[in-house]
Amino acid sequence: MNWHKIYGLSLRHIYLIRNSFPRILDLIYWPSVQVFLWGFISEFFTASSSYYNDTIGVILTAAILYDFLFRSSISYNMMFLEEIWSRNFSNLFIAPIKISEIIAALTMTAIFRTLIGLVPAVLVAIPLFGVSIFKLGIPLIFLLIALYIFGISLGLLVTAGLLRFGPSFENIAWASLFFLAPLGCIYYPIEILPDTLQIIAKGLPLVHIFEEMRNILINQTINSLEIFKSILISFIYFVFGVIIFYAAYYGAKIKGTLINIGE
Amino acid sequence: MDIRVKNLSKKFNNFLAVNNINFTLEKNKTLGLLGSNGCGKTTSIGMMLGLITPTSGEVLIDNKNINNANRNELLSRMNFASPYIELPKKLTVRQNLEVYGRLYGVKNLKNRIFEISEDLNLNNFLGKKTGELSSGQKNRVSLAKSLINKPEVLFLDEPTASLDPDIGDFVREYIEIYKSKNQITILLASHNMKEVERLCDTVIMMKEGQIVDRGTCKNLVDKHGRNNLEDTFLKIARSKNELA
Repeated sequence: MNWHKIYGLSLRHIYLIRNSFPRILDLIYWPSVQVFLWGFISEFFTASSSYYNDTIGVILTAAILYDFLFRSSISYNMMFLEEIWSRNFSNLFIAPIKISEIIAALTMTAIFRTLIGLVPAVLVAIPLFGVSIFKLGIPLIFLLIALYIFGISLGLLVTAGLLRFGPSFENIAWASLFFLAPLGCIYYPIEILPDTLQIIAKGLPLVHIFEEMRNILINQTINSLEIFKSILISFIYFVFGVIIFYAAYYGAKIKGTLINIGE
Repeated sequence: MDIRVKNLSKKFNNFLAVNNINFTLEKNKTLGLLGSNGCGKTTSIGMMLGLITPTSGEVLIDNKNINNANRNELLSRMNFASPYIELPKKLTVRQNLEVYGRLYGVKNLKNRIFEISEDLNLNNFLGKKTGELSSGQKNRVSLAKSLINKPEVLFLDEPTASLDPDIGDFVREYIEIYKSKNQITILLASHNMKEVERLCDTVIMMKEGQIVDRGTCKNLVDKHGRNNLEDTFLKIARSKNELA
């Protein structure tokens, strides 16, 4: 992999953000709205629920972590869609860059986009609702890694669809995370799900991430095995995403969509 | 670099877009690829750039197959400009040239951007967003991007389409001057027959995915008993297929 080229491709997206104040505002706006919304819901639940009465901010922490996943995946999709919307696709694919370099550039730039939105939201939650995700301690780093790997894996799967089927796949890009949210057990324990759905849910890293988050905040204990499982499952999805992306690329070359995508 | 196209075909479902074409583009020569809309020119260029996988046949550039592992090495020595493919609109001209310069691994990039901006008169709008430029300015920026890596093979798809005569002439003259100063092989797809007569050493006429005639502009005009290339094009386009 050529880091000079990866940096070049990342620069294209960094310039795009830097050149547009409304774009920066948009990145910050939605995570902050989430924090406000779930902050008030969280306050109400804390006051009214025996399950949450010992731990302020479980729901808000879950909302922030879910938003991190959502933003990382959407950032990945957005960067790819930007190439389609600007009709720059063919220029990109006739440049001497490898698919692995495109994936690396999108992965690195997605974290940049995600953090622009999330850092202000995380900081706002501390004085406003007295909730800090940093209370999760060192495991927070690993939970964020698992979420990020899973987020970009979903991004890879959706961009593979865009590559193969063109802009008509765009709606799937927006809806992708909402398909998984009910099974992710973000705001409720896995026991709420019917038995059959519990089996499916355990195949997603989200259940392990959010169960562990609740375990740390409510029981004040750390289950390293759950954290390890969440990273491992996320990584399996990432490998699957990369394979599908490569397959979509070669499929698009056969179908001829690389040359006129965006039209 | 030379290009050899051998038995190249492309079928999309049941539609044969390119049907067993063969030609050689010699090093430092300019070849015109002519034909009506939908005759297979863009598909052929797509296969030569490695954007489309051929159903059969191969494209050899300097004796190396564009679809093999050395594709990136070949692409770093080639480039492409088309008015139908745009650069990111929200980036300034300078930012776009910087991004593509980095993707092509251009050394002394600042100097190269300065050099090409001088040559193509981009200096007045280097800091302007590409989406805010006029068609003529965009076209020159697209040409600058296609020359940023000093390519040995350049693919030009209708480089002067939708340009006024003045800018169109500027672009044609620039290509002529650039060609005289640099070692470059050019494949030009165009509907502007005067442009083709001015820039191309030889031409290929395509119709319904096949090559139906080829030669120098003068040879083709003489062969078909017409006064110019435009009339020759019309005669071939409106006649039944006749394989070269």
